[in-house]
Amino acid sequence: MTKTALQFRHNGRDVALFVDGGVNLLVALRESIGDMTPKFGCGQGGCGACSVLIDGELHLSCLTLAETVNGRSVETLDGLKDGPNLHPLQRAFMEQFAAQCGYCTPGMLMAAKALLDRNPSPTRAEVIEAISGNICRCTGYEPIVNAVLAAASSGRARA
Amino acid sequence: MAKHRGRGIASINYPIGMNLGGDPSQALVHSNPSGKFTVSLSSIDLGQGMKSVTRQICAETLGVPVEDVYVDTADSDTGPHCMGSFASRGTHRVGNAVMAAAKEARGVMMEAAAEELEVNAADLDTDGRGNIHVKGAPHRSISTKDVAIAAQFKQGKTISGRGIFLVPLSEVNPETGEMSPATCYAHACLVAEVEVDDETGEVAMVRMDSAYELGRALNPRLVEQQLVGGAWMGISHALFETPEPYYPDPAHGPRDFVEYLMPGPGDICPHDIAVLERPAADGPFGAKGPGEMCANPVLPAVANAIFNAVGVRMDELPITPEKVLRAIKAQGGARPQARR
Ligand code: FES
Ligand code: FES
Repeated sequence: MTKTALQFRHNGRDVALFVDGGVNLLVALRESIGDMTPKFGCGQGGCGACSVLIDGELHLSCLTLAETVNGRSVETLDGLKDGPNLHPLQRAFMEQFAAQCGYCTPGMLMAAKALLDRNPSPTRAEVIEAISGNICRCTGYEPIVNAVLAAASSGRARA
Repeated sequence: MAKHRGRGIASINYPIGMNLGGDPSQALVHSNPSGKFTVSLSSIDLGQGMKSVTRQICAETLGVPVEDVYVDTADSDTGPHCMGSFASRGTHRVGNAVMAAAKEARGVMMEAAAEELEVNAADLDTDGRGNIHVKGAPHRSISTKDVAIAAQFKQGKTISGRGIFLVPLSEVNPETGEMSPATCYAHACLVAEVEVDDETGEVAMVRMDSAYELGRALNPRLVEQQLVGGAWMGISHALFETPEPYYPDPAHGPRDFVEYLMPGPGDICPHDIAVLERPAADGPFGAKGPGEMCANPVLPAVANAIFNAVGVRMDELPITPEKVLRAIKAQGGARPQARR
């Protein structure tokens, strides 16, 4: 199979790699770059565990051809914290006990970040809408919704 | 065509663990020369908090800070045997085994400290902050780290302990059929309120109110987390999930992950939970366990709420819109019962 040269920004850093034609972004991130934060849940667009931001917009990396991010910017959970400091969303998830097994957490955090970036003061219904493409098997969603709302209000308090 | 509200209640008694041949779990505890302790288990933490709660139990029993305890559940091939993390048995069975192991390790630690301080071990106590001192004379003390170093390099002692907790097989009385399958029961009661659409057969959760009695809550936040998440799983089993096809032909059933239905964040409802603590006589620090049982009362409560709303008795899970619709049709329309 022919390899395609690919360059994009990965969490603010330029990366260059060769990918096989047809390889999806999730595989490229995990296997070529070694960023294990996006998770493989279903590979069918049904669970949201692989969610990443492409140019600031939420995408399912399992359904995105790696080649399509050439020249664009990809953000994953790995880039969320600021040095040793957790992102307010990560802190809120911790404080609200919003993770049990943690498998959905990377996708949930990226979906929540996409929401708060465009809407810093969401309503409860808007939070539910924003994470409705993400499946969680453990928490019952309530603590996750509460965490996103708490992070939003802590963001407002700082601003 | 209308939407009908209904309320249903269910109560459960839940036996902690299982007993079909005896139900044992083992634990080993040992100190490193750094004065930190390792708990070795084969019990798996899937996110329920097994590691956190056994860490707390070990630290409390040893009398050391919780930060000084590490729980290793790495490998069931090499670790001490455990029946597994199921049947709400983790905190109760594994917790008891950890407690026994930590007690034995504490005995050795106190002996080693006594040798260093040249006193009787019975006169020593821990302060929970990493020091061992003579009772009534806090200045005559030694750190657990120094005790661990002395035991390892000077005294040639292992500060370690073994623990097992076994609920033995209960014989069945051949005449009466009587047996005691469990030593410890948790209890719960849950009220579910639903809204049933008699045109689509859809059941929406409106709210839940519950009370759980599960012994002492060793880690209240983790208990709450289990109860919230477990109730979601109860909704899921009541209304959504099935590996069995629910249409006449198996080809029309769910084929993959995407078609296997589960409630999403939009399908949940407010849930008010009261936790009642009645310490269990044979539980570690009185704990029972909030595992599997947190999903159980939801299913009968939802079925009862549907009966209350539209008068149909659903006795097959999951209660899908199609089943509700067929049942309503069979009885010639929705028959809301007296509001309860
Ligand atoms: S792995 Fe991409 S949506 Fe499930
Ligand atoms: S925490 Fe386990 S899937 Fe969400």
